[in-house]
Amino acid sequence: MSALLLRDLRLALRAGGGFGLGLAFFLIVTVMVPFSVGPTPETLAVIAPGVLWLGALLACLLSLDRVLALDWEDGSLDLLATAPVPLEAVVSIKALAHWLTTGLPLVLAAPLLGVLLNLPAPGYLWITLSLLIGTPALSVIGTFGAALTVGLKRGGLLLSLLVMPLYVPVLIFGAEVARRGASHLPLEAPLLMLAGLTLGTIALMPFASAAVLRVNLR
Amino acid sequence: MIEARDLGVSRGGLPVLTGLSFTLGAGEALILRGPNGSGKTTLLRTLAGLQPPLHGELICDLDEIAYGAHADGLKPTLTVAENLQFWAKVFGVVTITPALAALDLQALRDRPAGGLSAGQKRRLSLARLMVTGRRVWVLDEPTVSLDGTSVALFAAMVQGHLNSGGAAIMATHIDLGVAGRVLDLAPFRATSAAYVADEGGFL
Repeated sequence: MSALLLRDLRLALRAGGGFGLGLAFFLIVTVMVPFSVGPTPETLAVIAPGVLWLGALLACLLSLDRVLALDWEDGSLDLLATAPVPLEAVVSIKALAHWLTTGLPLVLAAPLLGVLLNLPAPGYLWITLSLLIGTPALSVIGTFGAALTVGLKRGGLLLSLLVMPLYVPVLIFGAEVARRGASHLPLEAPLLMLAGLTLGTIALMPFASAAVLRVNLR
Repeated sequence: MIEARDLGVSRGGLPVLTGLSFTLGAGEALILRGPNGSGKTTLLRTLAGLQPPLHGELICDLDEIAYGAHADGLKPTLTVAENLQFWAKVFGVVTITPALAALDLQALRDRPAGGLSAGQKRRLSLARLMVTGRRVWVLDEPTVSLDGTSVALFAAMVQGHLNSGGAAIMATHIDLGVAGRVLDLAPFRATSAAYVADEGGFL
């Protein structure tokens, strides 16, 4: 299992692995927002938490079609399915590798990009924390979407459409934590909901992902 | 090690083979023959546990089977040794040296797999079987794009595996020189083209 994680991380970091894709997209979105809505600091401060969350979510979505599709194309997914590792573990490791190469860099970049959006001072802690808690759910749900569309050529469009509605609750509660944090409001309820969503998806989604993967590999 | 009784397999809901019975014991090789589309790959995928049989009985221990697919399953940006090391770790085998030696890959050890020729990739993909440590090799067209010398290396590897109590079942059109029974799939072709709903659902 650690071998699979190390392999995936190594593949992501080597040439053509797509490590910087999500991060670059996140950077572009947040840099462009002041140009599109105008540079008024007050406006930017209001929308900053929501924009950062939306940017992170779309950056995550962008890299999902790599999670399983590459292994499917070169045949190693078939070999992994016959290896002495349960498929549930394979998809969990895939989700973890996706989070480490996509989600974690976004979490670390968010406070830096918050400066560009004039994020209010108390917001920095909460945008980082809410993304740290929320992005694992995005990776796990995304892996489920990738497992659903694994056999399809150019399945990216379908993948986005399938995953989008599942991302909505995470986005609502994640952005709400960041918004309330930025404006000194009580944020316990959305924070607990967000944590609950993440823990729930981590616990349940691997079984769903492995089940659909088995069907798709037939 | 494998016993099939009245086995039927389907591809995409259409039955392709039916009424197939065979056994495979330790030290034996079974060579599947049949025209394109006769169900060789489907049968091998069923044996590997990637899909359930349509009907009949298949007695085999999935933890004994190493599946060698038609695709190479290599990562182009990893080196030859890294590709092999990964599978060795997954299957809990300590060393990759015998596998590299068996298919004459030592000289290519540190080359990225993406830069290999088709035949070299194939050899690396076959070397993976050695690091699975499993006793039954299920191979789909193992000699595609191999030259004469490499085919001989591969035949020697299979023979060594059989001599050490392993077994192999493979679909191939060339004569490997490995003593084994030949199973022609043509007589077992499913005649009814009736669509069979994929039962078993998600599990």
